[in-house]
Amino acid sequence: MASKPKRVIPGTTIFDGDMARKGYALNKMCFSFNAEENRQEFLKDPAAYCDKFSLNEEQKKAVLSLQVLDMLAAGGNAYFIAKLGGIYKLDMQDVGAQQTGMTKEEFKAKLVEAGKN
Amino acid sequence: MAKIVGGVSVTHVPYIGRAIAGNLQQDEYWKPFFDGFPPVHAWLDRVKPDVAVVVYNDHGLNFFLDKMPTFSIGAAEEYRNADEGWGIPTVAPFKGDVDLSWHLVEALVEAEFDLTTCQEMLVDHAFTLPIEMLWPKRTTGTIRTVPICQNTVQFPLPSTKRCLAFGRAIGKAIESWDSDARVVVLGTGGLSHQLDGKRAGFINKKFDLEFMDKLVSDPEWITQYSVPDIVELTGTQGVELLNWVTCRGALGDKVRTIHTNYHIPISNTAAGLLAMETV
Repeated sequence: MASKPKRVIPGTTIFDGDMARKGYALNKMCFSFNAEENRQEFLKDPAAYCDKFSLNEEQKKAVLSLQVLDMLAAGGNAYFIAKLGGIYKLDMQDVGAQQTGMTKEEFKAKLVEAGKN
Repeated sequence: MAKIVGGVSVTHVPYIGRAIAGNLQQDEYWKPFFDGFPPVHAWLDRVKPDVAVVVYNDHGLNFFLDKMPTFSIGAAEEYRNADEGWGIPTVAPFKGDVDLSWHLVEALVEAEFDLTTCQEMLVDHAFTLPIEMLWPKRTTGTIRTVPICQNTVQFPLPSTKRCLAFGRAIGKAIESWDSDARVVVLGTGGLSHQLDGKRAGFINKKFDLEFMDKLVSDPEWITQYSVPDIVELTGTQGVELLNWVTCRGALGDKVRTIHTNYHIPISNTAAGLLAMETV
């Protein structure tokens, strides 16, 4: 019997068991980025490092192109993906701007606006 | 018996670590956030807690998705911070309180909260930054700590009702500890924010302010919301407010507000601070 239907929240992925299973290799690779030596190894040859963690093609493509929405779709978890972002010195406004199709300045302005209402 | 002096719930954005390291507290961007703390420092100076029980969530430092306990507790002499991969400085270790940790383990499992016991536990920014903000001149001897980690990473998460009950059990357990220690309970994270997806940057000021108000006067109010409701209302990481709910539960039926602060944005987050005294 199927589980109960999933809650749909627009623009939002709930990181549940299905996503945790799907994204395990990708998230495990990102977890390894807690160590500086691993970050350096990744930077030397990102594709080889993805292969070392057995990322599937979808995950590898998302990582190599640094597309956050694609990483999420491939099972990436925001907290782990942020460690990959850290390697490229991307902050949360860079990541937010990329996902929403805004410039960084527009994204920051949107945050400031949220405080005014 | 030990006494709970009160609780402080506060946001834990990693970016704050850079502001502290760079001594940027009075810069234009940071001032509205850091100016919330002096009244809480004054209160802490007055009530003089010996131990902080810190309810927080790990972000992939101590726990990976290979093992993800819903509730876990540290039982170590010392807790170390480590490189989290996003470039914030690693801070000095924190002193534990092993007696309180094991008392909590005994009392909470007896109360049917079967949490995971960790005799080694790395603590991430969600634990370290609130302590650095609340005790800015901290030395290793300043305050003893007990980390209590809640899973807010991999769903299903514990319900609002469960977190409130867990907090109440923590409060009862602390008060049954045969010690003259004075204990403060911290809850870290939130408030509304969403880092991931097309809804990234989502913030809900109206809900946050009502939540802070109701947490003091009517903590049961939050239990009308399921965890997915909280995600919808506060964002995928806004769900960290579960740590505030557990903290509030530990403080008993009635509390008095000492100080509140709320500022948008710090990084992508609505930054909240709420200090409560037990009455």
